[in-house]
Amino acid sequence: MDKIISGKNISLTDEGFLKDFAQWDKDIADALAAENQIVLTPRHWEVLTYIQNEFKNDVPLSIRKIGKSGIVDIKEFYQLFPVAPLKTATKIAGVPKPVSCI
Amino acid sequence: MHYKVLKMKRLVILGAGTGGTIMANHLKKELDDKKWGITIVDGRKQHYYQPGFLFIPFDQYKPEDVVKPIQQFIPEGVDFVNISVDKINAAQHQVVLANGNTLLYDILIIATGSEIAPDETEGMQGDEWGKSVFTFYDFEGAIALRDKLKNWQGGKLVVHITEMPIKCPVAPLEFAFLADSFFKDKGMRDKVEITYVTPLSGAFTKPKTTETLNYLLKEKNIHIKTDFAIESVDNDNKQILDYGGKSVPFDLLVTVPTNKGSQVIENSGLGDELNFVPTDKATLQSKVHPDIFVLGDATNVPTSKAGSVVHFEAEILTENILTYIKGQKLEEEFDGHANCFIETGGGKALLIDFNYDHEPVTGTFPIAGIGPLRLLKESRFNHYGKLAFKWVYWNMLLKARPIPFVKARMSIAGKDYN
Repeated sequence: MDKIISGKNISLTDEGFLKDFAQWDKDIADALAAENQIVLTPRHWEVLTYIQNEFKNDVPLSIRKIGKSGIVDIKEFYQLFPVAPLKTATKIAGVPKPVSCI
Repeated sequence: MHYKVLKMKRLVILGAGTGGTIMANHLKKELDDKKWGITIVDGRKQHYYQPGFLFIPFDQYKPEDVVKPIQQFIPEGVDFVNISVDKINAAQHQVVLANGNTLLYDILIIATGSEIAPDETEGMQGDEWGKSVFTFYDFEGAIALRDKLKNWQGGKLVVHITEMPIKCPVAPLEFAFLADSFFKDKGMRDKVEITYVTPLSGAFTKPKTTETLNYLLKEKNIHIKTDFAIESVDNDNKQILDYGGKSVPFDLLVTVPTNKGSQVIENSGLGDELNFVPTDKATLQSKVHPDIFVLGDATNVPTSKAGSVVHFEAEILTENILTYIKGQKLEEEFDGHANCFIETGGGKALLIDFNYDHEPVTGTFPIAGIGPLRLLKESRFNHYGKLAFKWVYWNMLLKARPIPFVKARMSIAGKDYN
């Protein structure tokens, strides 16, 4: 499905994840964060940048891994993205949702 | 007459599990034994058929079905060093053994696998470990769970994944399906409530499998809790707690603990946070040193940690090592191919076939349009395929004998991608 986000036509999956990371920019992140009742602070951005770098390196993400990243601990990760943090943070970062093989 | 003294070069394989053993068999055939010596190092005596662990708790496989001596699968002419590894000194091209001896290598293959680390989760190995908290992800755990299930009177069964990635990502779901059948057969399904708890957003996370397979959970009356990131096991109140404040009570917890790469990787400073080695996902050359290659569960490549994957990787890696020896650019590319049977209970199974770029879909396998196996569809035939695979594993796969029709690179023919 396509949706206008911050004035741009963006392709999204049924669950609202960007289909193409190339379409992502910071305005879109702000808009997606707002939909999840989050206002992005510099701490959020540190986490989002980490997630994007791991994605670019093909490294699978998990909450524990983010907790061990040295950027945030898991408690703070939950404070920053209170509901289903990994799903919400990956969505805002514009990367695919973490998946299993099936 | 000139005599040229050739110094033997040495290829060392760490780990004699599925990947290391297959590589030893491939390379013994391919390398010139006047120029190359092959050594495989593993401190264990036993080789486990790990897919069989799933069936032990339900007494469908006996423990002796899944274990054979490691030595039996090491080809003649390959040195088997039956000592644990302490660490790799990548800069010195050297492996240090637990007894302090060292092995020099010209090429190193890391096949040290992954293992469970229940100590990563607070309380997992508390008072209830082995009483109401179990795992079937190792041999001893699977046997202990079998003994527990024999006399269990029912209650809340929670099947749980701690965090991804895990070895054989479908196994916990298969466990839940087989448990449903097991308790039905015992005439006590009404006494057992089965809940599947996952850190992901669903039991199925890919669009096609979600669409095609979600009926299984409903049909088998398996409850699901998603997005659950476990913080601890509360032994006193028999519940698992999540970082976000959620809790799930259990009478019997069957958990898949955190999976980590080997301690050797951590000792060597070659891994990521979970001791998996950064590896080029196409060539399987490590990103840490050009003379180190990695395959199987030990890598961080974004495909499943599974025997079928390591089997396909081994073919590609063998070609790449021969190319590397010639000093040429590595050209063989692994596509992430995996091919797995999934038990769904009641004597049926599914088959999935996928790679880095293509999710599992419906269709026919291995021959397009004919099969005889059907992808993403339950059948008895698939179940027999899964059971037959144990024989294939011991007799063909470990010995690197070609398996008819099944290719390292995935074919998209006969599959329904639209």
